[in-house]
Amino acid sequence: MKQLMTLFLVMCGISLMAQDYFPKNDGVKAESHNYQAFTNATLHISPTETIKNATLLIRDGKVINSGKKVSIPENTTVTDLDGKHIYPSFVDIYSNFGVKKPKRAESSNSPQYDASREGYYWNDHIRPEQNAIEGYAFDAKTASDIREAGFGVVNTHIADGIIRGTGSLIALSPSGTDASRILSDRSAQYLSTSKSITSRQSYPGSLMGAMALIRQVSYDAEWYAKGLSKTKDRSLEAYNNNKSLVQIIEAGSKLNDLRLDKVGNDINTQYVIVGGGDEYEAIQDIKATNATFIIPINFPDAFDMEDPIMANTVTLGDLRQWNQKPSNPAVLSKNDVPFAFTLHDLKKPSEFMPNLLKAIEYGLDETAALAALTTVPARILGKSEEIGSLKNGSYANFLITSGAIFDKETTVYENWVLGNKHEIVSMNTKDIRGDYELKIAGATYDLNISGELSKLKSTVKTDAQTLGSKIAMTDDWMSLTFSSVDTTKQDFVRLSSKITNIENLNGSVILPNGKETTFNAKKSASKDDKKSEDKKDVKSDSDVKIFPVTYPNKAYGFTEKPKQQTILFKNATVWTNEDDGILKNTDVLVKDGKIAQIGKNLSARNATEIDATGKHITAGVIDEHSHIAASAVNESGQNSSAEVTLEDVVNSDDINIYRNLAGGVTTIQILHGSANPIGGRSAIIKPRWGESAQNLIFAEAPKTIKFALGENVKQSNWGSYALTRFPQTRMGVEQVYTDYFTRAKAYDALKKSGQPYRRDMELETLVEIMNNERFITCHSYVQSEINMLMAVADAFDFKINTFTHILEGYKVADKMKAHGVGASTFSDWWAYKYEVNDAIPYNAAILHNQGIVTAINSDDAEMSRRLNQEAAKTMKYGGVSEEEAWKMVTLNPAKLLHIDDRVGSIKVGKDADMVLWNDHPMSIYAKAEKTLIEGTVYFDLDRDLQAREAIKQEKNELTTMMLQAKNKGLKTQPIVKKEDKLFHCDTI
Amino acid sequence: MKHINIYILFIALLISTSSFAQQTPGSKQTKAIAIVGATAHIGNGQIIENSVVVFENGKITSVNSGNTNTSGMTVIEAKGKHVYPGFIAANTALGLVEVDAVRATDDQNEVGDMIPHVRSLIAYNTESKVVESMRPNGILMAQVSPKGGRISGTSSIVQLDAWNWEDASIKTDDGIHLNWPSSFSRGRWWLGEPAGLKPNKEYANQINEVTNFITGSKTYLKGDKKPKHLPFEAMQGLYNGSQKLFIHVNDEKGITDAVHFAKENNIDQMVIVGGAEAYKVTTLLKQHNIPVLINAPHSLPANEDQDYDMPFKLAKQLHDAGILIGIQLGNRENFQTRNLPFYAGTCAAYGMEKEDALKLITSNTAKILGIDSFVGTLEAGKDATLFISEGDALDMRTNILTEAFIQGRQISLESHQTELWKRYSEKYKNP
Repeated sequence: MKQLMTLFLVMCGISLMAQDYFPKNDGVKAESHNYQAFTNATLHISPTETIKNATLLIRDGKVINSGKKVSIPENTTVTDLDGKHIYPSFVDIYSNFGVKKPKRAESSNSPQYDASREGYYWNDHIRPEQNAIEGYAFDAKTASDIREAGFGVVNTHIADGIIRGTGSLIALSPSGTDASRILSDRSAQYLSTSKSITSRQSYPGSLMGAMALIRQVSYDAEWYAKGLSKTKDRSLEAYNNNKSLVQIIEAGSKLNDLRLDKVGNDINTQYVIVGGGDEYEAIQDIKATNATFIIPINFPDAFDMEDPIMANTVTLGDLRQWNQKPSNPAVLSKNDVPFAFTLHDLKKPSEFMPNLLKAIEYGLDETAALAALTTVPARILGKSEEIGSLKNGSYANFLITSGAIFDKETTVYENWVLGNKHEIVSMNTKDIRGDYELKIAGATYDLNISGELSKLKSTVKTDAQTLGSKIAMTDDWMSLTFSSVDTTKQDFVRLSSKITNIENLNGSVILPNGKETTFNAKKSASKDDKKSEDKKDVKSDSDVKIFPVTYPNKAYGFTEKPKQQTILFKNATVWTNEDDGILKNTDVLVKDGKIAQIGKNLSARNATEIDATGKHITAGVIDEHSHIAASAVNESGQNSSAEVTLEDVVNSDDINIYRNLAGGVTTIQILHGSANPIGGRSAIIKPRWGESAQNLIFAEAPKTIKFALGENVKQSNWGSYALTRFPQTRMGVEQVYTDYFTRAKAYDALKKSGQPYRRDMELETLVEIMNNERFITCHSYVQSEINMLMAVADAFDFKINTFTHILEGYKVADKMKAHGVGASTFSDWWAYKYEVNDAIPYNAAILHNQGIVTAINSDDAEMSRRLNQEAAKTMKYGGVSEEEAWKMVTLNPAKLLHIDDRVGSIKVGKDADMVLWNDHPMSIYAKAEKTLIEGTVYFDLDRDLQAREAIKQEKNELTTMMLQAKNKGLKTQPIVKKEDKLFHCDTI
Repeated sequence: MKHINIYILFIALLISTSSFAQQTPGSKQTKAIAIVGATAHIGNGQIIENSVVVFENGKITSVNSGNTNTSGMTVIEAKGKHVYPGFIAANTALGLVEVDAVRATDDQNEVGDMIPHVRSLIAYNTESKVVESMRPNGILMAQVSPKGGRISGTSSIVQLDAWNWEDASIKTDDGIHLNWPSSFSRGRWWLGEPAGLKPNKEYANQINEVTNFITGSKTYLKGDKKPKHLPFEAMQGLYNGSQKLFIHVNDEKGITDAVHFAKENNIDQMVIVGGAEAYKVTTLLKQHNIPVLINAPHSLPANEDQDYDMPFKLAKQLHDAGILIGIQLGNRENFQTRNLPFYAGTCAAYGMEKEDALKLITSNTAKILGIDSFVGTLEAGKDATLFISEGDALDMRTNILTEAFIQGRQISLESHQTELWKRYSEKYKNP
């Protein structure tokens, strides 16, 4: 049986060579199938299986056997590895090794909307038909660099496009040919959210567009697989072919990790996610994805903080990243999130090991570290039997090291790939690192030799003077040059020595005057011991101070996520927004996230009492039109983008969430921009500072979508670049709607008929509108277009829900009333573009007076935190009563969003979304003191004041640490001042 | 017959106003006017309850409490109301820009680096619909500033009820505007540099260019001035003290450098415009008595670490440090100028005394612009440029003007906007 096994393995070995049928014209056939054995080694078969004094037997590029008792055949070359370790070589499955960089499309002076290719998918950025193996060429230089970092195998791919096609598993052995090096030519399918540089096709122009496109491709591929397409689509065919492969998607940040995992869930795919190194900031959510991760290990350098004015521009969040990011692998590991490491994101492979050692110093378990480099990546690719361990039958890819691999002192001698030896540092190299007492011609110097074995460093001192010196060692010959004591002269002392005994170095010297003499250098043992003890101290965990993560992990984040409370507000002026009007000297009890009681002299057990005498309580402010807390706002790649949703790109880390809370805002509709007539679906959120993007979503809110009219959709202010996209006039806008709704109607009819159809997310969304399952908020300015859209809606038998901006709404209030549409407008904006010439601040008052549900919105990160003031302007402009004015930023937008059963007024049973103001809420002198969402205090003025102090202290501490790092000689990066990216309707 | 005539006149007036939009400037004050019973906000920190404000021939003659003989005067009963000096908006685009996005309506940004000879006043459009929308909010005067280049040109100060720019000017060519070099420059991302801001390597060079220009102009002005050099010629006022240098700068380093620059070049009359980080260099500013026209406080903090209310409370911090401050409009959209009173109100919400906050748009601004001898407060001898509001004019709920006067002339509080309001309100009343 055992013999049979051996025979089988031998046959495998032969087939591995695979070239035995090739003709040979430059000599005779000379294959060698000898064995190689490595004996007396500490053999790490896998991260969890270590055998001491073991033998590893390999042949024909594979592991034949291993263990304490391995019988060694006669035709075996034996290498004694006494005291040394053998590890499986590392595996990087997120590489673009050997792949030619695609060529960038030439620029042009008008946008490109259609695909460049024919016979493929309609979108150039979908390229599943690509295969890394095409255009791949073994790159010996890079292979050598990667091998030196300990890697034996990489999975490479074409890092271009959204769906990037298949990758190939390549062994990094320069010996042999690609016939043996290519271990698998279709090993995984790769994806990202970045467009191909080979095409200028506009769509998708945003992250949410890319996410929608990935979903749509999946639906299209399903339809295509059923044979329903009349034409050939090589992309969809390839996609279907690649479906059974592992799907690896580049996310690049914790937010994107979560977003793309969700996309995967929608199309029944569990992606392997290439993360960003910030997963520790949201580890529970990351864990909940159940995904396996590929984690870059590119830790930021300290900032150069020496110029205090520049230093002031660095934010706490960025300072913390320097301190915390090295702990990311440890946090993942401690939370049992499976992950593999990658060289991706590193400038060069040689940065890998120092960073990994840092991660270990920051708490990463060594076994987990090794697994992340070997068994986990192998498992991701389904190649556990072949790579990532030294099990019998695996490829003979292994490292020979001087000691435990993650010990700082350890030298990696050799990296064997497919049974071929690649020497990094000769095993015979004498380790002369240490302190020596160097004597030359009666003079004594202190010589210290340090650094890596392959790259030694020297320091030569005499008395207190340090002399410039350089050391090198080749084949046991050391050469050392140092400058003479007299620094006014440019001359040198040159030593050379054949090293035989590392305790005692002897050799010849050429003195500055040209005379030759001899030297002797004795190792000073005592100093050396002391030094290694010092090093041990440094290694202990207590020396690494990792600042605690907050939620979100930046200024004003919570150390612990806040919880719902039972709170009794006593003696407030309560703006109910209900029939009760404004109640004086009234108590409000908040319990279980709801408004539990409103009345006089209330009491409640276990409630935190807050004296609100002289203060005002209102429902939280609702902003119907906002673009904060989003990582994208416009998908302008097409004139309709109903398939995209802002829910995909909610940015839970946006500081404007906190600033909005400080202005009393408790519900926000994040709208798509106004770059196209049919925009994207909205996200209605509650600004729960510190929660994940998913938890911000107002789950009970109905579905909504943004439409837009006027100058923005016809690209009037885009200059001469954009003159080709339909529509360029208001006339065209009507036709876009008529066309899309006509198509949506036909689509719905086909779908309902039971006949096969292609699932189209864009048309599905429009069908929802026609079925009154999704509400339109439409960006609008002038009366003609407002009337037009109502007419289109009437023709297709649905209603427009809200006109937003609606600055000429006052001209058509009667028609709006008849249609039943609401209005959400600016208090006083105008004169910023031509179509707002007739915008008047009395708009809200007129609309309100005509019985239209009217709200005041912000469309602006700054204004949204002062919507109470904006509501007050309706009192000035048009004389709206204070109660009705207040409803314009609370109850009325709640009605427009169809969430007024939950929020918008102070009523028993409604969500406890409320604000405690120090003054009349619409007074210019009012400040929000506390903002609650469902009974949880998300903003508290007192906590804010404490946070300011804490931020200063922590920044100071981190700054000091960075200055210390610089003084220690660690690399720093220059400060680049960041600018907050703020979105408006027309942000592209 | 008489009635019919009036009717025709009314119709004619209606047609003319709705077709030309602008309001007809008020006619010269012919009779003394007394505003009786209002709370007078003097603009210098004082309040006079139950006041009598009298003005005649366009000038304020007395501001008293209680009993003043008003016989022979037109009396405006204003009990329960408030009277304020006309608000002054500094550093605006009023009359230079009509519609931000329409290039043809933008006359603020001239070509060239050192163009002090470019004068805003001659481009000031008295017919602007944006200008007339200021007045119902109490803004009756404005500094109209050019914007482009390093030295942008020369500003002037106007009152907002005029037939033409000659009528409008209350101080012609009041100051020269200098855009201080930025300490940061943007990474050239198209060359693969990080896109953020990094220290501007050209900073020192750019300052030198300004210094050279100053030196060049001084030398020129000492000589026979031949051949004529228009830009150098335009600098004269800075050196003889008749003009101020408005240095637009926000960051700590820039402000510090700008102050030293002005001292080294013997420019006595300088004003910091912007000053977002002025709170970091209050000692220096106080030492040299440099006033600051701060940015409109309705703006976001500079970065995510900064206190959420930093822009709101900047005025309080500078005021407490003893620095003379006013509010300017700078980078806001042109139309936002009308929110000036609410910017002052916000400064009061975040720490300032209300009457001190009022100074930010009245007496302080007048001092900073060098027009305090005739406007900025309700004091005898000054222009009767003032208004009556139903309530606190710094609060949007109660900033409701009933009457306004510029140089004693009662002005219309109507605008293109109020006309549309009335027209369409009427439409729904009589469908």
